[in-house]
Amino acid sequence: MKQIDRLRSVYRFGLITILAVVLVRANAQEEQELLSLLGREETTEYAAASFKTNRVINLHSLESTAAGVLDIKISHRFGFINGGIYELFGLDESTIRLGADYGISDRLTVGLGRSSYEKTYDGYLKFKILRQSTGVKNMPVTLAILGTTAISTLKWADPDRDNLFSSKVSYATQLIIGRKFNNVFSLQLSPSWVHRNLVKTAAEKNDVIAFGLAGRIKLNKRFSLNGEWIYVLPDQLAEEYTNSLSIGVDIETGGHVFQLHFTNSTSMIEKGFITETVGKWSEGQVRFGFNISRVFTLVKPAS
Amino acid sequence: MRTLFFLTVLTLVMCAHSATGQKFFTKTGRITFLSQAPLEKIESSNNNSLIVLDVATGKLECSVLIKGFQFEKALMQEHFNENYMESHKYPKGLFKGAVTNMQDINMRKDGVYSATIKGDITLHGVTKSMTTTGKLTIKGGNVAATTSFEIVVADFDIEKPKVVKDNIAETVKVTVSAELKLMDETN
Repeated sequence: MKQIDRLRSVYRFGLITILAVVLVRANAQEEQELLSLLGREETTEYAAASFKTNRVINLHSLESTAAGVLDIKISHRFGFINGGIYELFGLDESTIRLGADYGISDRLTVGLGRSSYEKTYDGYLKFKILRQSTGVKNMPVTLAILGTTAISTLKWADPDRDNLFSSKVSYATQLIIGRKFNNVFSLQLSPSWVHRNLVKTAAEKNDVIAFGLAGRIKLNKRFSLNGEWIYVLPDQLAEEYTNSLSIGVDIETGGHVFQLHFTNSTSMIEKGFITETVGKWSEGQVRFGFNISRVFTLVKPAS
Repeated sequence: MRTLFFLTVLTLVMCAHSATGQKFFTKTGRITFLSQAPLEKIESSNNNSLIVLDVATGKLECSVLIKGFQFEKALMQEHFNENYMESHKYPKGLFKGAVTNMQDINMRKDGVYSATIKGDITLHGVTKSMTTTGKLTIKGGNVAATTSFEIVVADFDIEKPKVVKDNIAETVKVTVSAELKLMDETN
């Protein structure tokens, strides 16, 4: 009998403990923050402002132009700084690209441009396939695809020859895989394929494969340091061509972004800076240049 | 055995008490703000704020994701997040407080009641106490809540460069409107 009594008291003790726990928990629930009753917020947060504009320097950044926004770009590259004071460190000479980018949606951007270099018109479409996000949808990287077409309008070197329009056309296709690691550091890889319908010599390939690497370090709210390097796989270009390397800063002032940089490339479009860069950093064949970006909101998003 | 019986009854009472459903909530509260500066008028809205009101105690809490504020210009939105609110560091705006005159509000009777709201607002990592008045409209057991108040930008350590002195107002008017539903606490 004693054993049964003991068992019963153990049983009772157990029950009381359980009930006490339930009571304490119920009370704790009352004390709990009201907001936590709503559970976790079911939102997806997309990474924003990985770069200040849709260009790193020459390369397209992983950013698109926002829907309904027109981005007017005025870009200059001056002469080589090793021209010394006689050339005012290259400022006597300049190559220009005027461009306009427009965000059809937050993921699709279209752009047009005209470069003084080889009197070239260019157009592009850029689409964000994946967007870096956290929350309900978790995506570690942003992936975009860029397709560009460029048409040189230089007069034919020999008009008497049988000239084909197609020989003035070139294309570039690029994947942009990047990540904003934190508020300071963003990095992207840009595997690129440039196709030139016509090349000067048989030693040069019509199709050129290259890898771009670009990043930025945000120094403060309005100032960031950018760099990019494009490695062209060997045996595709003529001897005189080299890899494009650029470093610069982005300065943001309200509606404008000023990008100031040093680069060994002349052209500001993919076909040019990937396959036709001649400047050698080691010999001071570096140009000072800038891109100015000014945005205008043409279509306001519905609120 | 008597203890056991007593405890069981007590537990049931407690459970019943917390299940009477005295909390109203929304996940789609609308918060807008307006900055009226000499050079620029900036408006923004967020339709996904979370609000919970416990009508038994008057306790009121609200949370909103800073990144969810929509602007008419994409660049404004970027600057708002990156330069002013620093939403990567301070992702949420919070209010924790209470409707202090809950006794004047009869949840069983349709009508428009004025509410006094007191509590702490946290923005950009800074917490300030505030008091404002709002309106609670009771209709068919649902609660529509509205309030508006002003906040001084400088109070929340939000840096404003001199260049934008005339573009961003010193004081921003905040408006909240929400339809609150009875919370089903059984699950």
